[in-house]
Amino acid sequence: MLELRNVSYQTDDGKEILRNVSLQIDDRFVAVTGPNGSGKSTLAKLIAGIYTPRAGQILLDGEDITGLSITERAKRGVSFAFQQPVRFKGITVKDLISIASGKKISVSEACAYLSEVGLCAKNYINREMDGSLSGGELKRIEIAMINARGTKLSVFDEPEAGIDLWSFNNLIQVFRSMYERTRGTILIISHQERILDIADKIIVISGGEIAAYGSKNDILPELLNVQAGCRFTKEVKA
Amino acid sequence: MDAIQKRLLEQVADLHEVPQGAYSLRVNGALHGKNNSENITIEKKTDQPGIDIYIKPGTKNESLHIPVILSQTGIKELVYNDFHIGDGADVTIVAGCGIHNSGGGESEHSGIHSFFVGKNAKVKYIEKHYGEGDGNGKNVMNPTTVVVQDENSYVEMETVQIKGVDSTKRKTTAKLAAGATLVVREKIMTHGEQLAHTDFEVDLDGEGCGAHVVSRSVARDNSRQVFLSNVRGNNRCSGHTECDAIIMDDAQVSAIPKIEANHVEAGLIHEAAIGKIAGEQLIKLMTLGLTEKEAEEQIINGFLK
Repeated sequence: MLELRNVSYQTDDGKEILRNVSLQIDDRFVAVTGPNGSGKSTLAKLIAGIYTPRAGQILLDGEDITGLSITERAKRGVSFAFQQPVRFKGITVKDLISIASGKKISVSEACAYLSEVGLCAKNYINREMDGSLSGGELKRIEIAMINARGTKLSVFDEPEAGIDLWSFNNLIQVFRSMYERTRGTILIISHQERILDIADKIIVISGGEIAAYGSKNDILPELLNVQAGCRFTKEVKA
Repeated sequence: MDAIQKRLLEQVADLHEVPQGAYSLRVNGALHGKNNSENITIEKKTDQPGIDIYIKPGTKNESLHIPVILSQTGIKELVYNDFHIGDGADVTIVAGCGIHNSGGGESEHSGIHSFFVGKNAKVKYIEKHYGEGDGNGKNVMNPTTVVVQDENSYVEMETVQIKGVDSTKRKTTAKLAAGATLVVREKIMTHGEQLAHTDFEVDLDGEGCGAHVVSRSVARDNSRQVFLSNVRGNNRCSGHTECDAIIMDDAQVSAIPKIEANHVEAGLIHEAAIGKIAGEQLIKLMTLGLTEKEAEEQIINGFLK
């Protein structure tokens, strides 16, 4: 469904972030994990079109989308949930969910998306997507937008970052139900064992390369074992 | 009224026909029609152009419309409208000026609106300015607003200038007595070679009074904007002035907020921010399927909503 062929990326000042990454994602729920600074978010942004690779190709359902803009990729079914949700002055939660769904939606439709992420819809629907909302609220609304899009590929960049424990428990439930209810592929960047635990496959990135890629049952026990976890990074450094 | 005049009326006052209730409609420099209600009386001034409006004390939930339409090129006018709002009244006043200038002459409407707001009265004032036309003539509007608020009165002013006004100089002064509240929300968008200059002077004279003066603006193309505000706290009071501007293309924006405390219990705050549209806002909306241009429009519309 999504394929990366020898994708490399470096920053404007020449720092190499991803090196020759090749991946094929066919499963419904794939988690990407790895140490901070390993290139996970960069990978997500390359898929969404926010960054352009220095070399390599990105294919969606066999079509080469490497040269397509963010908008064109969005229209072909790529959604991207930001790690830090963007704030807007004057744009309401309902406006954003409406834009995400690509059509004018009724209040009850918008409410349904908010309820799915555990927000009491009537309290939020007309709120502005600005600093008056807490980090956890913004994150949930970010996820509600992705649900409203209902595309074939949804990429989440650390959805757990910046939210409290209570919200986190609900977050797991949100992803579980998204998995059960929708038919699209979920690609989620996460450090959280409980998120990795609901994935079909886990990708480990370290030092800008794929250190491991396999089923949850193969990868997770090794990741949780500190010594074995180190094995992935050692392999990269070697 | 002809089709152009009707369209202007719709733009500035959301009206399709002459309104219900009290109104005064001025078209091409002359009074076109007016209507009094039981509680609101409109009288033509005898010494100078303009009207006196008297709203009886205790008037509740009534509205007053005073739109001005200029559809002939080259008309220049200066009118004085005085609003005498009785104690305890609660009214909405919709003013606005629409200019259609299809000729080469400069069309100019300058209105001096003075509000004398009685004790405990509540006024919502909405003013929209709109210009259009395919000629070379400029559309100029220079509104002056004077607000004098008696004890515990509440005034909310919403002023909007979104399109087609080539040059505007707006001056607003307010004096507040004890317990009075003033809320001003100004929205401006300039484009082309337009100039918008706004100037607020607020005197917080009475004990426990307060004012919020908030301006949001977007400056595009080669347009220029200047925002000045001076909030003086002369008693125990609270004052807040804020200017938030999006700058685009080759536009220029100056924001000069000033606060002046002349009393130890005066709490005054000013905020000013000017910046281009944040790149991450554009990217976010593009990931939702909008083009860059559509994303930009969406951000501006939200900002000025």
